[in-house]
Amino acid sequence: MNRLRRALSTYRMHLAVAGALLVLIGGVTALLVNIMERKAEARNPYVRLVEVGEDDTDPEKWGINWPKQFDSYRRTVLSTRTRFGGHGGSEAMPESKLERDPWLRRMFAGYAFSIDYRDRRGHAYMLQDQETTGRQSKPQSGSCLHCHASIMPLYRELGGGDAMKGFAESHKFLYKELNDKLHKMGNAHPVSCVDCHDPKTMQLRVTRPGFIEGIRLLADSKASVPHIPSIELWRQGNRKTPYNPNIDASRAELRSFVCGQCHVEYYCGPKQKLTLPWGEGLKADDIERFWDYQKFPDGTQFADFQHAESGARLYKAQHPEFELWSQGVHARSGVSCADCHMPYMRDGATKVSDHWVRSPLLNVNRSCQTCHNFPEAELQARVDVIQTRNHDLLQRAAAALMAQLDAIRKARSEGATDRHLAKALDLQRKAQWRLDFIASENSMGFHAPQEAARLLGEAADYARQGQLAAALWRD
Amino acid sequence: MSPPEERPRDDRRFWIVFTAGVGVLAGLGAFTFRYAEGFSYFSRDPKACVNCHIMQPQYDSWQKSSHHAAATCVDCHLPHTFIPKYIAKADNGYRHSKAFTLQNFHEPIQITPRNSRILEANCRACHSAITADMAGGQHPQTTISCVHCHGDVGHGERTGMGRIDIMGRNE
Repeated sequence: MNRLRRALSTYRMHLAVAGALLVLIGGVTALLVNIMERKAEARNPYVRLVEVGEDDTDPEKWGINWPKQFDSYRRTVLSTRTRFGGHGGSEAMPESKLERDPWLRRMFAGYAFSIDYRDRRGHAYMLQDQETTGRQSKPQSGSCLHCHASIMPLYRELGGGDAMKGFAESHKFLYKELNDKLHKMGNAHPVSCVDCHDPKTMQLRVTRPGFIEGIRLLADSKASVPHIPSIELWRQGNRKTPYNPNIDASRAELRSFVCGQCHVEYYCGPKQKLTLPWGEGLKADDIERFWDYQKFPDGTQFADFQHAESGARLYKAQHPEFELWSQGVHARSGVSCADCHMPYMRDGATKVSDHWVRSPLLNVNRSCQTCHNFPEAELQARVDVIQTRNHDLLQRAAAALMAQLDAIRKARSEGATDRHLAKALDLQRKAQWRLDFIASENSMGFHAPQEAARLLGEAADYARQGQLAAALWRD
Repeated sequence: MSPPEERPRDDRRFWIVFTAGVGVLAGLGAFTFRYAEGFSYFSRDPKACVNCHIMQPQYDSWQKSSHHAAATCVDCHLPHTFIPKYIAKADNGYRHSKAFTLQNFHEPIQITPRNSRILEANCRACHSAITADMAGGQHPQTTISCVHCHGDVGHGERTGMGRIDIMGRNE
């Protein structure tokens, strides 16, 4: 009996030792394979399985070669929300800004934005949302597609191979016409890989003709642009060849330029080609001056629309993110759009830039903590202070503009004419331009808090001056 | 029930399998160690720190920093005496390989409190002529650290990597 017990315990011991050996060998082998995988990842940034070219606007094809970037790019379909950004409402229809802030509807009276103006959604929806917005109940210009579709093949088609020429023709088309062409050509995709990447080398590059012309205007101007050193370098040269962002700009600058192709102020109506107004500089006042000097091709003074209630001729600010960022401390310190909105993330041994473009507030560790060594909650709180202040100031400036509109309406009812109200209407344009510049900009003041506060302060001041001018129209 | 005379044969069979197993383990282990460039970790070559590519930005930025000519990775990040140095190497080696294999570390990478103390001691050791008389010299943990202000000496400016220094050109 004793012998049996001894034999059994020896047997058990042998089994345990063999088992431990097997686990160790298995573990070391697993580690070896893991190391091999990491080494392979580091060696091959990508494998080109399919050829992609300038006319390949379908991101899925690119996704075969660059699955990691494509994976995150696809996430732009997900709805995201921060305190001031993103969208409420249903998954299918973002909340209406006009319902939330009724002053917007009155401010845009006479312009299509008074019909339908909603919270933003991810890049994936840019084309669909544009096709279905209520603004389409009024005929829209083909210019709009510059930034809502992967449009370069269509521009080349229109211009007989020359995209710049095609672009210069595109505003003459109706949106629906041009959009039909786009669908027929098979290029009806939202912003796609080819819009920012050279298909041969994957280098960042800009493609949008509007941006290429706009940044040239900026380079030719005297405006100080310390945050774009390549322009200052180009200005020191002989200027024989125009500034070309794809040749002159540094990679760090291109990480902002690719976004600046669309996240900017522009004219996109039917009267002239899409124009980025940077000939005087990037500040709101510089842009206002540029529009003041601007004449339409038919010789009339430039304006985006005439206000249906007051009769003032006004400028409409489109989302000037690039311009406001340009006035902030982040731009000044060399931080690009992509640094915060598409931060690097690690995937095994490789570094991938996150193509799920979204608010840095949803990605604080990768976006902010790379430079700011503070806890996430602290960083969130700092941003919240800035945005809350901006929001309060924005509502105050809006109230001032509404008071001005009330005063103009009252003056009209008392018999005031355009001649009597010239000063008040002029001041409305100035006030509304500044208010709209910050209201339509998508950072709730964060991109340049001090500049945003300056503009809102000026907006309130001009609106109150205008209110006074309208009240004293008889003087 | 097994007869007693069979036991030695069972033992012999076990020992053969056991020896073979240990041999496989030793061989595989040695190969893995060499393949993972294990010996490089006994050197002071900064390249060893980018073996796994996670530290590539740190390596790149060090090359652009003012200390590039004066100090390598180990000069700042490891103690200068033999035994503490190898304790720190073992500690970091274990943590880093675990984190890299399991991919479960914090982003962005942050220095640990222990490594922060090592770093601080190294700043003060090399710059002792300046730091010896400074307040807090005896209590490095409780006072402000050198890199709180001099954060750019080891890894350059946090932003602006790749920027063209137009100001320098104008002067």
